[in-house]
Amino acid sequence: MKKISLFQVAYKNLLRKKTRSVLTLVGIGLAAWVLVSLFGFNQGYEASLNRDIDNLGFQMLVIAKGCPYEAATLMLKGGTGLKYLKEDVVGLVAREPEVEGVTPMLMQVVFDPNKGESGGFSAFLGVDPKTFPTLKGALKFQAGGWFTEPEAAEAVFGYEAAELEQREVGDSYLIPEKNVEVKVVGVLERTGTQDDGTIFLPFRTVQRVFGVENELTGIGIKVRKEADIAKFEEKMYALPDVQVVSLAQVKTTIMSLVGTARVLVFSIAVIAILIAMMGVVNTILMSVMERRQEIGILKSMGAQALDIFKLVWLETVILCLAGGAIGSVLALGTAKITDVLVRHLLPYAPSGGLVQIDVRLVLTTLGVVTLIGLLSGIYPSWRAGRLRPLDAIRSEVES
Amino acid sequence: MSAPAPPAIEAVDLRRVYRRGAEEIPAVDGVSFSVDCGAFVSIVGPSGSGKTTLINVLGCLDNPTSGALRLGGQTIFEGGKALSEAALTRIRREVFGYIFQKFYLISTLNVLENVVLPFTFYQKPGAGAEVDRLLKLLEIDHRRDHLPGQLSGGEMQRVAVARALVNRPQILLADEPTGNLDTKRSEEIGRLLKDLNEREGLTVILVTHNLQLARQAQRVVELRDGKIR
Repeated sequence: MKKISLFQVAYKNLLRKKTRSVLTLVGIGLAAWVLVSLFGFNQGYEASLNRDIDNLGFQMLVIAKGCPYEAATLMLKGGTGLKYLKEDVVGLVAREPEVEGVTPMLMQVVFDPNKGESGGFSAFLGVDPKTFPTLKGALKFQAGGWFTEPEAAEAVFGYEAAELEQREVGDSYLIPEKNVEVKVVGVLERTGTQDDGTIFLPFRTVQRVFGVENELTGIGIKVRKEADIAKFEEKMYALPDVQVVSLAQVKTTIMSLVGTARVLVFSIAVIAILIAMMGVVNTILMSVMERRQEIGILKSMGAQALDIFKLVWLETVILCLAGGAIGSVLALGTAKITDVLVRHLLPYAPSGGLVQIDVRLVLTTLGVVTLIGLLSGIYPSWRAGRLRPLDAIRSEVES
Repeated sequence: MSAPAPPAIEAVDLRRVYRRGAEEIPAVDGVSFSVDCGAFVSIVGPSGSGKTTLINVLGCLDNPTSGALRLGGQTIFEGGKALSEAALTRIRREVFGYIFQKFYLISTLNVLENVVLPFTFYQKPGAGAEVDRLLKLLEIDHRRDHLPGQLSGGEMQRVAVARALVNRPQILLADEPTGNLDTKRSEEIGRLLKDLNEREGLTVILVTHNLQLARQAQRVVELRDGKIR
């Protein structure tokens, strides 16, 4: 080796004060980690929400008047405690020309003391054996099939519900609290949605078993492609004591809820980045001040102001790139944990991965962090570049 | 008959004045002298006599306040006007090699890396081939992979000398190069400078308060209160 590159000199300069360089790296790494996780959440959440909505099979839900947030939750996650609407609303809805299909639904939840270690809730969704399978064409059976008749004492288990209850096709299942036995006729494949944890029964059976004759908790509507959804929605509001929740509404409602949390996290990320930037500026500036004499020597051996600027700038870029890479790896490694934590913080979390980190995101973050590094490095590099050789050599600062 | 070669350095009534508030301190006060190519000149004098200021001005690390400075016939400073910083940088990298009292080696670079560091910024054609010869000449070849912290003071100064010579300068400026060394190591450096002058034909200007070291030079210039005596 008969020459040492500017990059090698910059890199080795950073090794001089290892603790300081490592602490700066940690600062940048944490900022990058927040950035990657945040953007990963941003795209993961929206993708999962869209997938959940696609898997619903219907674009609109008619429910009894109540809280719109609860309605959104019911639509996506299932739930109970809502008001009921009368079954004859189904007929009123179905006769509208914009409607391609309707399916009545009746959700009930009971506490099962034998579930898990300290008991748990079991969700039962009463569905219409004729219309529900058509609208939810995406559902695939692992074994068995749908109910044999509209009022059969039969159940179809979602993938996780079957695992949890350890039921297979042909087994019987006792509905907790009601002491009614139903036969398992089908087990669904995993969907990654709330359907996995649901036990489906014919809605007539649910009405009978739970004593809610002639009542429903919702009506799923598939609207014709050419239909004017806004106009149809208006028509639905003409029905007494109902509210209409469209997918667009649900998405907007949820995204606005999540958006509030996101603004907060974005603010934290911006602050983290600013702190990291200040850390970089401080580290490099201190390093420049400590090496004044050395910079003077470099200038005496022929380094120009631009050479010194590049040297110091390179140090900043190395720190930022390395910090960015560490933060990205950290974000990849902790995506699952972040997923769990975020899920607990959100009012509604769709099923599936909430944090989606891909190569494009990692590269974008590295780009952002490097840009921040380049900007942070300008001032210290400029200060270093304009040092006069003699002033630098004569300075009393010890290197 | 061809004209005689211009001196390597020519200083005419050179002054360098520092200001401390309203007070003016002439560190170099009307110095006129010249150094021929291939000469070995020592500048001696007590502390505060202006030796370091003079060598810094001669080496284009500092601008004089007045007077004239020429290098190989080229005017560097005259009538209060100096060359641009870029031009001075070119002169520093092409003409001079500097050795300082403190060695200023980069602690994270090994001996070889410290020696070739000037190539990062500028490399004279063919200078790369000189590296091995220099390391051998200065007897630091066996230490090429060692870090400065693993070297003795004498070895560190020899590395600094190699670094100053690696781009084959025309003039070597040494400011108290033995200030941090014991007597034995000082003599070694003195002999080395003399060898470089005699064998390599290098112009050497040495600033020292060590009279024994100064006597290695062909000519000794004594400075007192900024003036040549």
